[in-house]
Amino acid sequence: MNKHTDRFTDKKKRLHRDSGLNSDQNPGRSRQVAIMVREVSESCLETLLTEIVSSYCNGFYANKPELAARRIEAIGFQVGHQLSERYTMDRPRFTDHLDAIKFICKDFWSELFKKQIDNLKTNHRGTFVLQDNRFRWLAHMSVDLSAEASGSIQDPSAMADNKEAQATGMHLYFPCGIIRGALSNLGIQCAVSADISNLPACSFVVRIKA
Amino acid sequence: MAPLAPKSGDAIFASVERVNAELFTLTYGAMVRQLITDLEEVEEVNKQLDQMGYNIGIRLVDEFLAKSNVSRCVDFKETAEVIAKVGFKMFLGVTASVTNWDVEGTTCSIILEDNPLVDFVELPDTCQGLYYCNILSGVIRGSLEMVSMKTEVTWLRDMLRGDDVFELQVKLLKQIPEEYPYKDDE
Repeated sequence: MNKHTDRFTDKKKRLHRDSGLNSDQNPGRSRQVAIMVREVSESCLETLLTEIVSSYCNGFYANKPELAARRIEAIGFQVGHQLSERYTMDRPRFTDHLDAIKFICKDFWSELFKKQIDNLKTNHRGTFVLQDNRFRWLAHMSVDLSAEASGSIQDPSAMADNKEAQATGMHLYFPCGIIRGALSNLGIQCAVSADISNLPACSFVVRIKA
Repeated sequence: MAPLAPKSGDAIFASVERVNAELFTLTYGAMVRQLITDLEEVEEVNKQLDQMGYNIGIRLVDEFLAKSNVSRCVDFKETAEVIAKVGFKMFLGVTASVTNWDVEGTTCSIILEDNPLVDFVELPDTCQGLYYCNILSGVIRGSLEMVSMKTEVTWLRDMLRGDDVFELQVKLLKQIPEEYPYKDDE
């Protein structure tokens, strides 16, 4: 449904709009065409995400957390795929998996969260751990997990007993889907799960399929 | 403490945390697409979007009231202006305008020419009858209900259907007494 045609002439040269402030603070850029990057309030996005999770978990697939999780992840996948395509349109293909993962960690994460991934680990056998020390979307949720629920939260049936863990876990399916979708657009098939055993940090575990 | 002066939509938008609208636009689009897959009937999707909007609106109004410092609106005309100039601006970063008032001052149109929800969106033929932006009608209805106004919100014009603007008709049905602000119908 979202076309990839670009309303603006040149994506490469962008200037973040900061309404209310003077935008000619970079005289060196004066010869570039300044393209406004449209923004909305963060609360718009966050309330939308909360409502998506709520509708799927409490509405359509109440008592079927696995199905709800898959739908939420699918929405994320779609978003990640489209964003990745837009952000790599002008680039040559990535030469290897590590380069693609680094793109996710740096440019991609910056576009989404205005910061990069803080820590990247790999076992050099297809598993990468992307750690965000203060994941934006968790920071605004009151995450109050008991000891039993800590650790990897990707087992929906195990989440069922702990509503807090379930709500948080469900929200995390969305960014997991985004990462999986983004990598899929780069030709990499993988599985992505989230680990919040070390709050407020959130780690995304990417397992590339051989 | 002296009351704070109401802030303009621009000032609030500049002061809140903002995100790349693309992420929001694509998330909304992916969600609509998933809803169409899961619910199949376009009319069901319209209803669901309105319901989701309502749920969002009843929460968003708190942030609106907290950040805008608007004092109680004198009448519905002022309410509509505030939604168009402050509400839309502080959340979506765009301003709307208010026109087509009826004689009693209870029905008006909110016109939106620039709408981040529909950036790069085209409706396929299979989605005739879909009100893609129906979440907005729910948001307005939900937030007004939280300030004691029961309204009916309908689309008169829709750019995705070929019109030149988005036009939402907002009709004030009744003012609910303040003792029962939380209705559990709908």
